[in-house]
Parts: sequence; structure tokens; C-alpha cells
Amino acid sequence: MSDTTRNSVYFAIVALLIIGTGLLQSWNAALFILNMGLISAIMALGVNLQWGFAGLFNVGIMGFVALGGLATVLVSMPPVDGAWSAGGLRILLGLGLGVMSLVSTVLLYKQMQPGRRRNMAIIAVLLIGFFAFRAVFDGGVEAVEAINPANAGNIGGLGLPVLLAWPIGGVLAAGAAWIIGKTALGLRSDYLAIATLGIAEIIIAVMKNEDWMARGVKNVIGLPRPVPYEIELQSSPSFVAQAQALGFDPVTASTLWVKLLYAGLFAVVLLILFLMAQAALKSPWGRMMRAIRDNEVASEAMGKDVKARHLQIFILGSAICGIAGAMITTLDGQLTPTSYQPLRFTFLVWLMVIVGGSGNNLGAVLGGFVIWFFWVQVEPMGHALLTFVTSGMAEDNALRAHLLESAAHMRLLTMGVILLCVLRFSPRGLIPEK
Amino acid sequence: MDLLNAAVALANFVLIPATAYGAQLALGALGVTLIYGILRFSNFAHGDTMAFGAMVTVLVTWLFQSLGISFGPLPTALLALPFGILGCVALVLLTDRAVYRFYRAQKAKPVILVIVSMGVMFIMNGLTRFIIGPDDQRFADGERFIISVREFKQMTGLSEGLAIKTTQGITLITALVVVAALFWFLNRTRTGKSMRAYSDNEDLALLSGINPERVVMITWIIVATLATVAGVLYGLDKTFKPFVYFQLLLPIFAAAIVGGLGNPLGAIAGGFVIAFSEVTVTYAWKKVLVHALPEPLEPDSLVQLLSTDYKFAVSFVILLIVLIFKPTGLFKGQSV
Repeated sequence: MSDTTRNSVYFAIVALLIIGTGLLQSWNAALFILNMGLISAIMALGVNLQWGFAGLFNVGIMGFVALGGLATVLVSMPPVDGAWSAGGLRILLGLGLGVMSLVSTVLLYKQMQPGRRRNMAIIAVLLIGFFAFRAVFDGGVEAVEAINPANAGNIGGLGLPVLLAWPIGGVLAAGAAWIIGKTALGLRSDYLAIATLGIAEIIIAVMKNEDWMARGVKNVIGLPRPVPYEIELQSSPSFVAQAQALGFDPVTASTLWVKLLYAGLFAVVLLILFLMAQAALKSPWGRMMRAIRDNEVASEAMGKDVKARHLQIFILGSAICGIAGAMITTLDGQLTPTSYQPLRFTFLVWLMVIVGGSGNNLGAVLGGFVIWFFWVQVEPMGHALLTFVTSGMAEDNALRAHLLESAAHMRLLTMGVILLCVLRFSPRGLIPEK
Repeated sequence: MDLLNAAVALANFVLIPATAYGAQLALGALGVTLIYGILRFSNFAHGDTMAFGAMVTVLVTWLFQSLGISFGPLPTALLALPFGILGCVALVLLTDRAVYRFYRAQKAKPVILVIVSMGVMFIMNGLTRFIIGPDDQRFADGERFIISVREFKQMTGLSEGLAIKTTQGITLITALVVVAALFWFLNRTRTGKSMRAYSDNEDLALLSGINPERVVMITWIIVATLATVAGVLYGLDKTFKPFVYFQLLLPIFAAAIVGGLGNPLGAIAGGFVIAFSEVTVTYAWKKVLVHALPEPLEPDSLVQLLSTDYKFAVSFVILLIVLIFKPTGLFKGQSV
């Protein structure tokens, strides 16, 4: 069986699984799986770029995804009345002061001779910078958060079209990746893992606590959408007529149509990124990346700048995750910082890449769909399994009640077993690297 | 200005909690550092190993409580601790047999082992949630305080109170006993010495007839013990919640790296460095400063450098500084 037929069979199976969901459960559920599957495939592409191409071990994907979500709010929400004049500029000034003191610390470190004088100067700059930052910044935050705290209390966004937030989410994630890459790349792989794990937790902590930015745990709801609202479709006579002509109830038809529009948008993004990743893989640049991955010392001896190339691909991969994050938040229509869980947004994506086949873009896309399908479907499957296993027990049996209640946690168990089995028996994944 | 009250407030809000937290982190970091030294990978499942051991202890504690067995003024959990350790050792040895041994035989790259440990993390996390659920569980009983604020105020007549929770006292004593036993084992016994030899130079150790599988097995047993003790102490002191243990992974790794990965002494020092910086940076210093400074200098604000929600940021920044300037850690570990 040639590679092409094998791959087509894999994707046909995924299509069948989704269509099966549509027939057995509901078409809304099937389209939900399809939409998140498309986004998962994009995230997997980003991680595949880092891990598959370059062998960089990034476990901070959640942070980059969350930054994409933040970008959606900052770009697409309308500005809050009076927030900028009340304290927005002051916040910016405070942040500027903070950045300035950090930059001057780095400059001092590079310019001055090592010794006690340099240490004293650095400590002084950091202390003065910190207190100046807090003095300016805190006042601004207080003023902004005092504005209509029940509904706003943040500076709002720029009021631009929401589609613009997708590339901007990528840029934001790329910026964070630059900072982390500058410090942690070049150290051994475990250290990069721990550093990225940390930065992800910190990004989430900032998003939960800085209410002036995106309302923190109070969440931002009602984000603008790139597609029409269901209610508009239902009140449009031409849409209702078309739906009835096709034999659909208008309400169901509107929800399906909206999901299909999203699917179209996501598919376009996935296609563009996939083609770019394929081109990169086949280019001299991609070959160089794999050469560096397979033997860093030899590539360095051949005159390749390993650290710069690693930084480059780390930023690119993180930017793709940021784009995917912005897309998730757009699809949800709301930003809820508490929903970012590392198991769901970091380790699940890793699972997708490894199951699909690291180093192969098509594999990453396949892994995204397959793992997402199982992530959604394991819960009902687990519930059915446990219902079957416990069917012999009495209705009010405590063990039975506990088992059925815990069915939701079957997911993690299953995902762990899948990961270990793939690593053990098929470490190259479903579609191996060529 | 009242320096005595300032010192009491400092002890009550900073020194005592930070010492207890530092001891818990140190026990966790010791486990990470031992695995790194012997098995040569960063074990991402360590937080969930702690959670699993603590969970078994919680279940046995509940059993004892329902049977009416108690430990007098001390928490019943201490009686249940050996059973928790046994449960955790069993799980960890099973994991090693089923999962890690295959990769050891293959001499897989450390990064592959890290990914494998991620899979193990999923499974352990799932198991814990499956058995006990994702919610907070209370299992502490017995006396709550060694010294309560009121007793202390009556005893000394100071306006500031000092409380020492039983759990804090137990944490310190248990940590001291466990660490002393560990160091005695590593430095004085034949098996401990063979472990250190294996960690220093694998090939030489093999040549001199040390059985690697035995060293690995003993390492896992020690690690499971340390993890369970750390998990139970943390759970007693704060609360038992599976997800919290996953989050502890970051400060624990930070502690192990700051001290120097693979170096047990460094792990302990690192634990206290991380704990003290976390607590001092996120503590609101107003109370101490009001006592310590003369009247005109007394602060109006809370004098809190960072909000408590950013405590992870503190361990992270320390970690970054150490990684950039001294990648082998404060004590020489085996890194880079």
C-alpha cells in the first residue's frame, strides 16, 4: 500500500467518524468536533514545527494559546468609554517604565565591568524601576477598574474586525516566545520544558488577575463574530425559505449554517498554514532544521547558527499556537481565563503530534483530528462502558454511583494510555516522517 | 516602634509558614533530584505521584476515622502514612516495570523519557481523579495548634500573636527525620553508596558489579516514600486537591534546579530558597513595618510587592536567573 493510499484511508476514517457522530448523535455535535478538530490540527502544526522539525520541547503551549485569546479581546471589543482618559495612558506609561528599567538592567549588565559596582548599579536600577512602575501603574489600574465594574472595569479593545485578531494573536504569542526563547533556548531540553511550563502558568495568572486588561476571572462575554448570529438568520425570510426547501427546521439550520461558516474559515487558515509548513519542510531551511535536530554539533561545525535557528522556529511555532488560540476564543465568543488547563491545552496537543507522527505535517493534522475526536467521545463511551459493567449491581449501590460519577475522568486515563502505547509500539506515529 | 512585636509578626506570617512550605518543597525536590541523578530524566509525573500517595493516605485515614482509631492529639493521617507509602511504592514500581524499563533497556534519549513521564502523569492524574474526584478533601484531625494566638498573647503579653499549627510542627519534624534517614542511607549504607556510585559514573559502577536494576528499584522506592510524605504533609498543612499537586511541579522543579539537579543537599537548600522568596515577596509587610519603623515612616499601603496569585512567577524568576547565570545550580549538580 503506497503512502498516499494509506494516508487517504486514515483521513477517510476520520471523516467517517465525524459523519457517524452526525448520524448517531447530532449534526451540531459533529460540526463542533470538526471545528475544534480544525483548530487542534493548527495547534498540532505549530507544535510539530517546534518538536518535529527542530526537536524543541515546549510544554507551554497553553500560555501561547491564551495569549491568542487575549488578543481577540484586545482587538475586537469596543473600547470602554472613558477608560483611556481615566487611566489607560497611565497604565501604558507604567508598563513603559517597567520595560525601560528591565532594558537598562540588561544594558548595564552588558556594558559595565563585572564586579561589585555593577551589582550595586543593577540592584539600584531594579529597585527604583520597580517602585516607580508600581507608583504609576497602580493608580492607572485603580482608575480603569473603577469604571462600571459590573460590566466593564477594563480598558476594552480597539473595536477592529475580529478576524484581524487572529494574526495579532500570533504576533503576541511570538513576542512572548522571543522573550522565553532568548533566555531558555540553548540550555538542555528539560530546562526549556520547565521554563515553558512556568511561563504558561504565569501568563494564565496574569490573565486571571489583571482585571484592567480583560476583566480577569470576571470573563469577557459577547465577543464580536466574523459570521452572522443565529437569530438574524432565523428572522431572515430568504434563509428560512431555503432551510425549509431543504427540509430543515429553521432553528437547527441556522446553528448548523453558522458552524459551517466557521468551519470554512478555519479550514482556509489550516490550509494556508499547512501549505506553508510543507513548503518550509521541503525547503533548504527545513533540511537545515532537521540536520540541526539530528546532530547539533555537526551542524554547528558546518557553520549553522544553531541558537538563532532554534529561536526562529520556536517563535514561528508559538505564533501558530497563538493564532489557534485566537480562533478558539472567537469560536467560543467569550474569554474565560479559568478554562485554560494545561492538560487540555498543552499535553493534549503533544499527544496529537506524537500520535499523528512527529516531523510530518500531514501526521500532525491527522493527529489533531483523531485525538480531538477521542477527547470528546471518550466521555460518553466511558459512561456507556461503566453503565454496562455496573449493570449487574443494585440501582443504589454506592460503588456503582461512584463509578458512574467518575466516568468523566476516564478521559485523562485513556489519553495517557494512548500516549504510552504509541510511544512504545509505534514511536514514529500514524504517518511517520519521511 | 516596637521591634519585639515586629519580630513576632515576622515569625508568625513569614518565617514559620515559609519554613513549613520550604520543608514540603524540599521533600518534593529531593524526589525529583534523585530520579534525575539515577534515571537521568526530569520526572513530570512527580506532582501526580505525590497526589496519588497522599490520596491513598487520605482514604486509609478515613477508614481509621470511621473505625474510631485516632492518634491522640496528632492527626490520624500519620498512622495512615505507611499505608500510603506502600500504595505509592506499589504503583511506582508497577509503572517502572510496565513503562520505564523498556526505555532504559533501549537507552532512550532523556527527552523521550520526559515525554513518557508526561503519559504517566496523565494516567496517575486520571487515576487519582477517578478514585477520589477532583475536589478539595479534608482529612486533618487532632489538635489544630501547638501554640494558638491567644495562648501566646497571654503568655508573653505582647500585642502581636504567634500561632504554630500542629501540621507545621509535624512537617518540620517529619522532614528532619526523613532527610536524616535519607542522608544516612546514601552516605553510610552499602546500597546507598552503590546508588551514588551509579549516579556519578554509570559505566564504572556497572564494571564494579553494581546491579543497575536493583539501584533503580531502590531509587523508586525512596522516591515514592519521599513523594508520599511530601504530599501528605502538604495536604495536612493546606488541603488535598489533585490539581494543586500538578501546580506544585513548577516550584519543586525550580527548587531542584536552583540547588543543582542530582544533588540532594542542593534540593533541600533550593526548597527553602524558593519557599522563602515566594512568601517574602507576596507577603503584605504593613504589619511588620508598622511595628518596626518609627511613627512618621509607617506605611499606609499594604507594602505587598506582588499579589499572592503571582507566587509561581517568583519561583519562575529565580529559576530563570539561576539558569542564565549558574546553570549547574547553587550546589554543583550534574547539568548542561
